[in-house]
Amino acid sequence: MSDGLSDDDGGDHLLHGGQEDVMTPVELIAKLEEAWLNEKFSPDLLENKSEIVECVMEQLTHMEDNLQRVSKGDMKASVHRMEIDRIRFVLSSYLRSRLQKIEKFFPHVLEKEKSRADGDPSYLSPEEYAFAREYLANTETYLKAVALRHMPPNLQAVDMMKAVPEPCLDSFVFLRVKVRQDNIMVEPETDDQREYVVDLEEGSQHLMRYRTIAPLVSAGAVQLI
Amino acid sequence: MKALYEQNQSDVNEAKTEGKGELIPSIKLRHCCLLRNQRCVVAYLYDRLLRIRALRWEYGSVLPTNIRFHMCAEELQWFNQYKKSLANFMRSVGGEEGLDITQDMKPPKSLYIEVRCLKDHGEFEIDDGTIILLKKNSQHFLPRWKCEQLIRQGVLEHVMS
Repeated sequence: MSDGLSDDDGGDHLLHGGQEDVMTPVELIAKLEEAWLNEKFSPDLLENKSEIVECVMEQLTHMEDNLQRVSKGDMKASVHRMEIDRIRFVLSSYLRSRLQKIEKFFPHVLEKEKSRADGDPSYLSPEEYAFAREYLANTETYLKAVALRHMPPNLQAVDMMKAVPEPCLDSFVFLRVKVRQDNIMVEPETDDQREYVVDLEEGSQHLMRYRTIAPLVSAGAVQLI
Repeated sequence: MKALYEQNQSDVNEAKTEGKGELIPSIKLRHCCLLRNQRCVVAYLYDRLLRIRALRWEYGSVLPTNIRFHMCAEELQWFNQYKKSLANFMRSVGGEEGLDITQDMKPPKSLYIEVRCLKDHGEFEIDDGTIILLKKNSQHFLPRWKCEQLIRQGVLEHVMS
């Protein structure tokens, strides 16, 4: 798959990653797949990677344009088309899993976004934020119109934060370590156990509670599998 | 619920004016019942909303009439609003046209797939201009991305031999 990409672009094979470092298409797709897998297996909504999304969309349109120019019936065309389909699937799946998490945890997601400090990276892209807000307003209007206005006066509001369950950060996830980590504190699950530290070797695979390794996932030091 | 509430209100008033502490447990009990009833009603309605949302992802923008018949006016309104939000989001993802994320639900296995037509659907044009007539029980070898929508609507069936 990586051969096809580098073959295809000709002179245009360097892309800006949004932070002054250029990425080849191969690296871009690898990053997309990483973000996709992390988002799929994490119970919580992860940081928003809109620059990757934008770059990948640019790549896709570029590749489709290239394909139009190539003559039909050429063997390479079908291989490239498969590649476009695959990349589009990964991107769609990534966006879908983010949307599903937003819809599932909408009041908590909005609350988290409101309460973050200005310097922190945002969890929601502006479009996702608009979507989440509209979803909240829509659901509240519906509940009010159908049920709540018929109820006694002191029960006409539903506290969404309490009504909608929070993401379960204690669920277990499989992970592969990319950068060696020392002294990760693992909290005890029962009263008999004591907390202990583990060292995570590079390349090793583990099954742990998400809460313990959540900051490592956002830093990119581990990959969920 | 109204009846419970009214009983509670009258008891609260009585307790306040006459200072009768013994009415308080019954007030609490009725309040708990009211809260539980509220939770049940809201849970039922929310579950319906989640199913309606699933319909959008399964059937696309236009719902079959027999399903629409089961929905009340506010639910239809919620559905339209949800459709609009989703469409705005899809349109805004990168580039000018955006990305239709309701397509590509499964990873692509091959470019062209064998499909059998389940209902008469009339004519269908594919990318290079050829027109295929979709009659019941006819089989065709068509590009995958064109068929996905029709497969979900039930017009075509993926044949795996």
